[in-house]
Amino acid sequence: MVESPTIPSPPTGGFDARARHTRERANWMRRRLLRMIVDAGQGHPGGDLSASDIIAALYFDILRIDPVRPNAPERDRFVLSKGHCTGALYTALSGAGFFVEAELATYLQPLSRLNGHPNRTYLPGVETNTGPLGHGFPVAVGMAIAGQIDEADYRVFVLTGDGELQEGSMWEAAMLAGHRGLGKLTAIVDRNRLQQGAGTEETNALEPLADKWRAFGWDVETLDGHDHLALLAAFDAAARPRKRPHCIIADTFKGHGVSFMRNQARWHHGVPDAAQFAQALAELEAEGAL
Amino acid sequence: MSGSVASGKMYDCRDAFALTLETLAAEDARIVAVVNDSVGSSKLGSFRDRFPDRLVNVGIAEQNMVGVGAGLANGGKIPFVSAASCFLTARAMEQIKADCAYSHANVKLCGQSAGVAYGELGATHHSIEDVAWLRAIDKLTVIVPSDPWETEQAVRAAVAHDGPFYLRLSRMPVPALERHAPDFAIGRAETLREGDDVAIVANGTLVHRALAAAEVLAAEGIAARVVNMATVAPLDERAIADAAQTGAIVTAEEGLAHGGLGGAVAEFCARHAPVRMRMLGFPGFLPTGSAGWLMEHFGLTDRGIAQAARDLLASKRG
Repeated sequence: MVESPTIPSPPTGGFDARARHTRERANWMRRRLLRMIVDAGQGHPGGDLSASDIIAALYFDILRIDPVRPNAPERDRFVLSKGHCTGALYTALSGAGFFVEAELATYLQPLSRLNGHPNRTYLPGVETNTGPLGHGFPVAVGMAIAGQIDEADYRVFVLTGDGELQEGSMWEAAMLAGHRGLGKLTAIVDRNRLQQGAGTEETNALEPLADKWRAFGWDVETLDGHDHLALLAAFDAAARPRKRPHCIIADTFKGHGVSFMRNQARWHHGVPDAAQFAQALAELEAEGAL
Repeated sequence: MSGSVASGKMYDCRDAFALTLETLAAEDARIVAVVNDSVGSSKLGSFRDRFPDRLVNVGIAEQNMVGVGAGLANGGKIPFVSAASCFLTARAMEQIKADCAYSHANVKLCGQSAGVAYGELGATHHSIEDVAWLRAIDKLTVIVPSDPWETEQAVRAAVAHDGPFYLRLSRMPVPALERHAPDFAIGRAETLREGDDVAIVANGTLVHRALAAAEVLAAEGIAARVVNMATVAPLDERAIADAAQTGAIVTAEEGLAHGGLGGAVAEFCARHAPVRMRMLGFPGFLPTGSAGWLMEHFGLTDRGIAQAARDLLASKRG
């Protein structure tokens, strides 16, 4: 049996309807990705859950992409620079119609297309293979330069971790993007303040983070990365003609949406047991019913 | 067939690289150059003047340079990422692996002034490990041209074939090789001189030295085959199996004596065609000296190659 792709209904109505749609999809992603992690017996639930609202807003509202033509030259690009958050990426790609939802059950299984980190050579919709931190962002800058040379209309969105900003290659790329005035580039920092082992500020402090980006020639705004209205408004604003690249520092919580995972570094990796999974689903279903 | 050098005139292969790239860029708008403040050392000044919007100078930032190259490829460009090979390969190794090879990005990495071209500047600036490192990366084509003609062919092939390439280019002067039936193909070795007593397998700046060594050996009654193994990955295994039929193989390269071309040939022979071998190259971090002195000192010369062949044949008879 082959399931047809779950192509989402496009947002209709006004801003509130769009936000409701994003919220509904993010809630579905959270429930679905936790099941993937439980089935696979491993994963990165903390970062998946902190990024779910950002990725949902992009895939189910903002990005001009077509799963039937995943390599269309004029498509918008999304790069998951924090490449370990494949639970969020794969649920979004599946939900956006790049492959059938049933394939999510193969996550991390032998020979699955759903590797622990995304691979463009066998999974449509992935733009570049990420995983080691500090890679996706420079590649996204290259995409934006290609668009700048061609005076193309497409936009490039790249989601970085905050801990990832400790990689030097990120600032090499930020400097170049600012220097070249890449106005069609939007970087979103998933600012959950936790890296694998501890808080970013106690490990190697990033603050004052907005000032750093501004100093590198970027427009910067900070918002609540779990506020769907705010995310959509910022992404809409990013589409206006700009002379500088645009950084959105999205304040988030690792594990957002599940009470016992929220803001806990130990859920960077980790698999909920049966009782925890049941509790997580119940909480998310209750939130989704609101 | 008896290959030789066309004349005494010597060439810097960067000129052929830059001229070919500029010529192709005039025909194909997808071609762009990416540099790390290396316009001059890559001889891309003319390219920049002619196509200012298509030369992306990222400044001194090799990791970003290679990542940006992969992004340009995603945007439909054919980026030639050109920088001193010591920095391009070592500093950006993970970008070459993940962003280019693993992602199958259509990026052409051009390692300039490879080998010991920067002689006196020391081991930080020597690029003798690059072939060993990069041939270990899956799905990356590695080509080490020997003269201006082959450099041009390699650049043309890189444009014509989708996928990641490493072109290892030298600035050390080399003569133009005389070819009776010029025919370049990725992954195909070129037999420049026939001979059945010993086979010399070389690439890059060692090919013309191998031809000169074969001349010396011929005068002594030793028939040496000279095989130009410009493509190190994918390897022309048939040519190596044929070379092994002579019973003696000398490899010669402007790089480490282990892990590079010699290592590749030895791996194949150990598995499929055991044969006596000598592997000529550098031992490791090198002392101070000019490029010419280093080549001489470590036996990467006509005489050095000929002597290695004699020693090998003596051990074969013994």
